[in-house]
Amino acid sequence: MLRFVIRRLSQAIPLLLIISILIFALIHAAPGGPLEMFLANPNVRPEDIERLRVALGLDRPLPEQYLSWLRGFVTGEWGYSFTDGRPVLNRLLERLPATLELLGSAILIAALVALPLGVFGAVRRRSWVDRATTLVSFAGISLPIFWFGLVLQLVFAVGLGWLPSSGRTSFGAATALDRLRHVILPAIMLAAVHAAVWSRFLRSSMATALHERFVIAARGRGIAEWAVVWRHALRNALLPFVTVTVLDSAIMIAGAVVTESVFAWPGLGSLFTEALARRDYTVLMAFLMVTSTAVVLLNLLADILYRALDPRVAI
Amino acid sequence: MRALKQHPARIALVMLLLLAILAVTAPLVTPFGPESIDLVNRRAAPSLTHWFGTDELGRDVLTRTLFGARISLAIGLLSATITALVGVTVGAVSGYAGKWLDSILMRITDAMLSVPRLPLLMIAAAILEPSIPILILLVGLTGWMETARVVRAEFLSLTQRPFTEAARAAGARDSHIISRHLLPNAAAPAIVSATLAVGRGILLESVMSFFGVGVQPPNASWGNMLYQAQTTMSTEPWLALFPGMFIFTTVLSVNVLGEELSMNNAP
Repeated sequence: MLRFVIRRLSQAIPLLLIISILIFALIHAAPGGPLEMFLANPNVRPEDIERLRVALGLDRPLPEQYLSWLRGFVTGEWGYSFTDGRPVLNRLLERLPATLELLGSAILIAALVALPLGVFGAVRRRSWVDRATTLVSFAGISLPIFWFGLVLQLVFAVGLGWLPSSGRTSFGAATALDRLRHVILPAIMLAAVHAAVWSRFLRSSMATALHERFVIAARGRGIAEWAVVWRHALRNALLPFVTVTVLDSAIMIAGAVVTESVFAWPGLGSLFTEALARRDYTVLMAFLMVTSTAVVLLNLLADILYRALDPRVAI
Repeated sequence: MRALKQHPARIALVMLLLLAILAVTAPLVTPFGPESIDLVNRRAAPSLTHWFGTDELGRDVLTRTLFGARISLAIGLLSATITALVGVTVGAVSGYAGKWLDSILMRITDAMLSVPRLPLLMIAAAILEPSIPILILLVGLTGWMETARVVRAEFLSLTQRPFTEAARAAGARDSHIISRHLLPNAAAPAIVSATLAVGRGILLESVMSFFGVGVQPPNASWGNMLYQAQTTMSTEPWLALFPGMFIFTTVLSVNVLGEELSMNNAP
């Protein structure tokens, strides 16, 4: 097991290097370079831009710049935000808890919705609940997610007034209940697509598990049907489900950009949109690197989990 | 209702064809211009003259939605074409050449799959000054990875089959084997993933325009209509309702079609 983890980790490193080259190349593809935003400002003199360019090391050859950027990234020196001059690492870290709270709630909601729907769909195939789930899951993957968020906001916050329409807490009243009320709508918005996909996934792996011999054997031994479904079949069907959940959590990070913007959620996603509007390249680069690294690590985690949960995979 | 249960794909196809016809003939079927401003009838609710109402400049929402369909469909179809071309090329080269070329191409594919697509696209579009051709190119060039993997897997298994070996034994050149034996057999899964790419392209256009880095005003696209509608959604919901419904119906139809294609394709 340890050797497997080490081998997978060593495969992740070249992958991360390729990703870092891609991201570095992207930022330096800007016509005016990373200092583009100053070029448009008539109050900034050309010689000042030149001085800044030299001071930031942007006049050095690209491979050299890349290496020093990479060295900085690995050692935790991510540079300073163009917008407010504070360290990029601090800006990301202070937004991280909000995003984790949102992602955690969304994953919880999606799993709680997908689990019963997937199991029920597999047990009662072609029932009306199964058909409706299929329909809703198809609708889920076809929905423009920001539009769904706007509708949620309009109906439950503006129209009915049940829940707050934006932010993470009410001003000066950060009680647990208040925080819970704030997270519900954005978490539902983020969870919607994944709940749809996960329930379909669980349904198909559950349907396979229900036809396995050990399930038929369990039935033959006279074990109650609910126990066959929930204890025997589900335990086996959950394995691929857990893997997909972990892999999809990585995709959710990108969904958080949209969700946080619609609900003014003060997390990494809104930091990204703010940085994009101001062309704050140091923050944008760090955001892309962090999220890509998270995707790679979650892939790794999914592999390791799969192996840890299913001894049959170990060869 | 029965037709819907039996032939969802047929309905999806009819919907898409209808939309395509309306989009192509938009200047003929709409009585208003997409950018003709009518300041007297600003923010008018849906009525017999303006079926979908008017926006904050008195422009007809139905007209703009149909003109928006041209842009959304063009972005979806053309970006999916790029996706298919790049994906099939990378997958074919990788699967046929094997060895070091395969491992390099697959590492790049893995790397591209690990970078979250939407933030990547938003940064790229912001850097390159968004225009419709650039949008098409960007969406197409960031979506080929799944197609490449599918085609590569097909190629790997096809090259082991007897008919490929027979062709090689008969002295066929690589180009002949690829174009006559391998590509036709790998076409079906490639078409399925290209179909799904159309839907994803339309959704990506709408999100990017929603963030202001997609299609720029005064051009109408479904995404930027929603972007403009979001501030007044509670008072003029029709501004957001109709473009949203169009995106949803179109992408749903494309996905139903893709699902049906992959079901027919499964052995």
